[in-house]
Amino acid sequence: MRGKQPFEAVVAAHGSTVLRVCRAVLGPADADDAWSETFLSALRAYPDLPADANVEAWLVTIAHRKAIDVTRAAGRRALPVAEVPEAGAAPAADSGGLDSDLAGALGALPPKQKQAIAYHYLAGLAYADVAAIVGGSADAARRAAADGIARLRRGYAAVTTAEGGSR
Amino acid sequence: MNTGDLITHLGRVFPDTPDHLSELQARLAAAAERDSTLDIAYRTIDSPFGPLLLAATGRGLVRVAYATEGHDTVLQGLADRISPRILRAPARLDAAARELGEYFAGTRQAFDVPLDWSLAAGFRRTVLGRLPEIGYGHTASYSAVARLAGSPRASRAVGTACATNPLPVIVPCHRVIRADGAIGAYLGGPEVKRALLTLEAAA
Repeated sequence: MRGKQPFEAVVAAHGSTVLRVCRAVLGPADADDAWSETFLSALRAYPDLPADANVEAWLVTIAHRKAIDVTRAAGRRALPVAEVPEAGAAPAADSGGLDSDLAGALGALPPKQKQAIAYHYLAGLAYADVAAIVGGSADAARRAAADGIARLRRGYAAVTTAEGGSR
Repeated sequence: MNTGDLITHLGRVFPDTPDHLSELQARLAAAAERDSTLDIAYRTIDSPFGPLLLAATGRGLVRVAYATEGHDTVLQGLADRISPRILRAPARLDAAARELGEYFAGTRQAFDVPLDWSLAAGFRRTVLGRLPEIGYGHTASYSAVARLAGSPRASRAVGTACATNPLPVIVPCHRVIRADGAIGAYLGGPEVKRALLTLEAAA
């Protein structure tokens, strides 16, 4: 009988995606802590995970909760929109230019839109799974992602025009 | 820019950074060790016979495996038989790695690290438990070991116990050879068995 994979294989297969999701939802500064908390918590619960579970959706669900914890622990004040002025100055550490502007624009989105984009487009989850994580219906999750993408496109179009076209 | 391009760019905004991920993995392994949620820690070491996998539970060293066994297969076996809470976490194996290094260098004749016998039960466990009595540099026949284990006619079962030894090198099944002096089988291959006996004879 072949049971569950060693947890190391889970980290190897999904570590990169979970890190991307944490960075997208929290910004680069808090992403590492959220990643560590996510996998430590997942390791604890791993033996009880049903054999047929969608491991990626399970990990993103944990990451979503940890991101909320990390945000609270960091004592984030005010509403997400209050972060807009700083957002452009919160780039992904190792990317510059357009990508860093895009990271900033993503950081400035309302949480629901940011989460829907991260979980659907970066983690590849179906909207039904996204809805199970963020609450609401699959349609609402789809709309949140579409609204967020539309906002990013508007902001990004301005940047690419200003810089003389995309790369 | 269309939505497809934007999504492609989004995927690149947070690039994969293998070094950073291995740093996070190491931090996770250390945290899991402190947290007592790491049921099995493992690492690989270099040996004169290729990479060796070492795995330990909280009780002690539970598995040593040659590359010929397939390290992924061995780890999957540990997940199935003991626990899937398994991470590459070298610190727990430091003492075992050091002792094996000394053994391969010819400066150590016996091992002191605690052992976890979870993977050997019944008569096999009895047989393996007697093997350290065959001293460094010596050999014994399968039938002699059967007598030692209290079942003089069970030399075939001794062969099976040796063939499924979860802790080769540490538990010296390589010192068990055929009564006619032929080297017999070995999990790491007969040439490795011969090399280990040569190493011990030289030291």
